Amino acid sequence: MEKGELYITTSCVIRDNQITRNGALLWETSPEMELPDFLRAAYDHFSGQYPKFHKMDNLCKLGWLATEVLLQDKPLAGYAPEETGLILTNRSASLDTDLKYYSTVKEFPSPALFVYTLPNIVMGEISIRHGFKGENIFFTTDHFDMELITAYAEQLFSENAVSACICGWIEVMNQQYEVILHLVEKDKQTYN
Amino acid sequence: MKSVYVVADNILSPLGRTTEENFSIVSRGQSGIQLHENRALSVHPFYAAMLPPGQLERYWSEDSLDTYTKFEQLLILSVQNALDRTTIDITDGRTAFIVSTTKGNIELLEQQSDPANAPLKEMELFNTAKKVAAYFNYNQDPIVISNACISGLLAILTARRLILSGRYDHAVVTGADVVTQFVLSGFQSFQAVSSEPCRPFDAERKGVTLGEGAATVILTSKEAYIPANAIKVGAGAVSNDANHISGPSRTGMELSNAIQLAIKGSGLTQTDIGFVSAHGTATLYNDEMESKAMQLAGLLDVPVNSFKGYYGHTLGAAGLIEAIIGMHALQQNLVIPTLGFETLGVSQPVKVNREIEQKDMQHFLKTVSGFGGCNAAMIFSK
Repeated sequence: MEKGELYITTSCVIRDNQITRNGALLWETSPEMELPDFLRAAYDHFSGQYPKFHKMDNLCKLGWLATEVLLQDKPLAGYAPEETGLILTNRSASLDTDLKYYSTVKEFPSPALFVYTLPNIVMGEISIRHGFKGENIFFTTDHFDMELITAYAEQLFSENAVSACICGWIEVMNQQYEVILHLVEKDKQTYN
Repeated sequence: MKSVYVVADNILSPLGRTTEENFSIVSRGQSGIQLHENRALSVHPFYAAMLPPGQLERYWSEDSLDTYTKFEQLLILSVQNALDRTTIDITDGRTAFIVSTTKGNIELLEQQSDPANAPLKEMELFNTAKKVAAYFNYNQDPIVISNACISGLLAILTARRLILSGRYDHAVVTGADVVTQFVLSGFQSFQAVSSEPCRPFDAERKGVTLGEGAATVILTSKEAYIPANAIKVGAGAVSNDANHISGPSRTGMELSNAIQLAIKGSGLTQTDIGFVSAHGTATLYNDEMESKAMQLAGLLDVPVNSFKGYYGHTLGAAGLIEAIIGMHALQQNLVIPTLGFETLGVSQPVKVNREIEQKDMQHFLKTVSGFGGCNAAMIFSK
């Protein structure tokens, strides 16, 4: 996404039970480990200091975890809360949690699950964790649509609506998941 | 700099088939909200603004739409009516097709005897949007925004941004949501559904009333397609409370920030704003937060209204429906009253009106807020 003055300064990818930052493998578990166990183990490994994590659905856990890894060595403290944006996308929106919530409806509808039946809740969780108060938008696409994300991000930067923006793809449906997050900034900085 | 204008619009709701029908009923002070006894949706009777059975079928032209879901029919019929009012060829490769929704085809889940058999592909929002766009021979990828209750307004803002960026010349922006057991049970589980038609900003407000419907605007930056007296789409902004995923900001500061960015970005000041079309869901916390945001943004002297008393909360369609009603009110120099409001019940003295008012004005502000702590604000001008 090196267009105009924008640069991807850090990336985090989570898939196949492996977590990489800027292309380097940071941590992995057996590929057979199921997603909830993988998420719990990754939480213990990378943080272990955020009890709200355990209330989240898998989409939010994935987004929270990827952002944690993305910003671990590069916190965005240099930007005002209002300058930091989020542009996230996926295919299944919150369908993974929708099915879980709906299974509770006949007996006792669960407010704790219902609140996660919107895909943008992951941006709320990330914003609460890191204090981001700027632009946010959630697109659903059938693939990781870098072109759409780039076009929207470029416009946000050109309007001075953001100075830093976390962009990417956070998909989960049952055991299938994939996260690709990029930190996009105006200044080119070398990978850590 | 380029400017973006509204070429055509449509509202399809329990109040009618066209924006004109809708606006006429709203300006007479009539509501689409009724008491429903529908055990498929709720074991208890509930208030909602819902399309009566057969309403959509009556709107079909020669084509039967029975291979489309109710959600898809809402979008198709709304877009069709808006497209009939312009000569823009949306298949020209220069037009964005933007769909706003929170739950799309979630009703398909409720139509299965065993939810495990739900057609997951048909419930993917992008896939649904693609099917709707294909009805209009639009073969590029549609853009789908699912951002809780700010989706509809954010879809208009996104269209403006992508047109200003040069990526498109025109945009079809449409949005819809359907009242389902899924959504109703969820709001009931939060104790957030009002036991009477919702009463935004009122001291006795008891929560939301849900609604369903669709709305569409067609936008352009090309002179040739801009009708006389077209509404200009001003600047907008989005913010996040970073406070709570299901409760609004305690201070209203974040909505206020978005409002101030929208006003400033449009080259205006607070005194230029004719009225604020607020979100006004009639939950205790939302309306209170909005009143604080109005105070922080310096808008306590400006009339504020909520249209939820006419339409209920139409979720992904709300920002679109309410922006369109606001545009027509602006063109007719009318401040629409807040149906259901009697006595102010928020901490800041916002100017909520009970009677329709005539007022010369050039601009209005539309605001929305939603789960996930999101807020959006946008200016529309004559």
